[in-house]
Amino acid sequence: MNSSLVLSITTFIYGFAAILYIAFWIFKKPLLGRLATWTAIIGAVCNLAGLIMRWVESYSLGFAHAPLSNLYESMVFFSLTITIVYLVIERKYKNRVIGAFTTPIAFLAMAYASLNPNISDRIQPILPALKSNWLIAHVMTCFVGYSAFAIAFGISCMYLFKQKDTEGKSSLLAHFPNARVLDELNHQMIMFGFLFLTIGIITGSVWANSAWGRYWGWDPKETWSLITWFIYATVLHARMMRGWSGKRIAYLSILGFIAVLFTYFGVNYLPGLHSYGSL
Amino acid sequence: MYHSYWFQMLIVLLTLNIVVCSIDRLSTTWKIVSIKKPPFILSRFKNNGDNEYFVDSRSAEQLKDIYEPFVSKGFGYIRTEQTDNGYSIFAEKWRWTRMGVYGVHLSIILLLIGALIGSFFGFDGYVNIPEGEVVNSITIHNPERTQSLDFGIKCEDFNVTFYDSGTPKEFRSSLTIIEQGKPVYKKDIVVNDPLRYKGINIFQSSYGPLPPNEVTLNFTSKKTGEVYKKKALVGQPIDVPEDGGKFILKDYFNSYKFRGQPIGEAFTGILTHKDGSSAGIVLSLRFPDFNRMQKGDMVVSVAEYAQRYYTGLQVTKDPGVWFVYSGFILLIVGCYITFFMSHQRLCINIEKKGKKCSVMVSGTANKNKFGMQNKIKRISEKLIDLKQSSLT
Repeated sequence: MNSSLVLSITTFIYGFAAILYIAFWIFKKPLLGRLATWTAIIGAVCNLAGLIMRWVESYSLGFAHAPLSNLYESMVFFSLTITIVYLVIERKYKNRVIGAFTTPIAFLAMAYASLNPNISDRIQPILPALKSNWLIAHVMTCFVGYSAFAIAFGISCMYLFKQKDTEGKSSLLAHFPNARVLDELNHQMIMFGFLFLTIGIITGSVWANSAWGRYWGWDPKETWSLITWFIYATVLHARMMRGWSGKRIAYLSILGFIAVLFTYFGVNYLPGLHSYGSL
Repeated sequence: MYHSYWFQMLIVLLTLNIVVCSIDRLSTTWKIVSIKKPPFILSRFKNNGDNEYFVDSRSAEQLKDIYEPFVSKGFGYIRTEQTDNGYSIFAEKWRWTRMGVYGVHLSIILLLIGALIGSFFGFDGYVNIPEGEVVNSITIHNPERTQSLDFGIKCEDFNVTFYDSGTPKEFRSSLTIIEQGKPVYKKDIVVNDPLRYKGINIFQSSYGPLPPNEVTLNFTSKKTGEVYKKKALVGQPIDVPEDGGKFILKDYFNSYKFRGQPIGEAFTGILTHKDGSSAGIVLSLRFPDFNRMQKGDMVVSVAEYAQRYYTGLQVTKDPGVWFVYSGFILLIVGCYITFFMSHQRLCINIEKKGKKCSVMVSGTANKNKFGMQNKIKRISEKLIDLKQSSLT
């Protein structure tokens, strides 16, 4: 039993949870909903256990480092944070249909990391530049931010679907939280994500200053994280200063998440210091 | 591009923009935040859509006396007014959090000012220092120029270690700062742990190999088979054992071509026999037996040599960093206050209804109304359960 096995099992648990949430949304049976929640919780526990095991295993290999240093490890952590943030929302807002739009993202992230033959799950020694405690703070806060934005993306999609059905004809959409609640939750998620992305960019900046001699170098990752930050700052200003809400905010939230994806994946195809997350 | 005049101009304009927008809105917010006696309008609370109502069989005075301490614990400001048939308890907290957003924008201004200071008064350059040597100036790109330092940087030693897989584990430079000929500060630097001295920061950035200049040579006697080990420096003649004359190491080549064929790393040297005749010798590092066929009594080959490096250092100065860091802290605190702390107001209205009292619990917040609704529900539930003895 090693960490790779535990994390592979986690992938399937997340997949099962996603199926249960979708089934609950479609068939509306409360039992499906409760099973889905429990499956998601078990998945998150296994995910966390796998990461801790991986950390411990890196010690026995002689190159101890927190499991946050490459694409595989960061995607696994991302799946964990998105599941935890979702479970907190489920508890606060008491609506499981949101799970049908968020747990699949956690599953897809784990599946991509685990099953892609180009992504190695071998524990590798860490490059000198990453040997720092800042690694933990910077990567964790960025990924908590990314998870919140991913959930905001899911909720924005739900909002747009719900908006189309103004007469309440679709029985699938009837089970959604009402549009006002979706809009409010979108706002909460964006604020939460924005705070954590801000802390993530700042910790990265302070770390860069102590490792590379400058707090901002306009490399592709830094530039794109700033673009993402500006997009979500625009969402917040549009809502608070111009009274935008609903559909326009939902579209901006989706645009922001596309920027998040580019910041995470896209920049690895560009040259620069930040290519740790590349294949 | 990022040090150009127009980029700096853009930063100045953005700073001015934020300052103007903040001043424009600040006076209204300040009037609201600095009020000495907050106004409460009972009818507004009564018209709230999410009020909680319940009935309690105790008297209005009793309820007022029980509720007041409970409310004071959770809200900084409390005021009770007597109404025609009961009491209204007004409370509020965190009025000052309305200023949070100005903290956020002020932090951005600090960041921009820090960037401008660094851009005008700082620099960012590079220098390569071979092991054992001292430099007093560095090279800066964009625009290309040389920046001299007030002190010298000496690289005593550079060391690189690798993992078994071949990937680098650590780059380490032992540096000494020299002022007026005397060493004043020593530090070993690695990536992530720079040397900081008098506002200048020195970072381990890269490294490279240099031609080795000290070599241990093997002199193998053809007659006796004995092998003598001798150290030689490039350019310095040494005596060849068994009276074999003198040998001098001349040059190092990364890739030497012997009769047109590349044979890899090699030294060249000149062996001068006792009789005055000399021969040029190629000492191949890859093929140690290269010289066995040559004339003479001694076969010269390289036993070992110490790899020499230069260390690649990045040298920076940024006086604006502290503005930027204070901006960072204020930004995080400001965002937290702006997003997650709201100005909350509470109204508990107690009305006599015959022998009992009808209690209304109402609340407003300028942010997160959903959260405030939940809070009102919880307060209402707690008030219902509140007994006289809970005054402890």
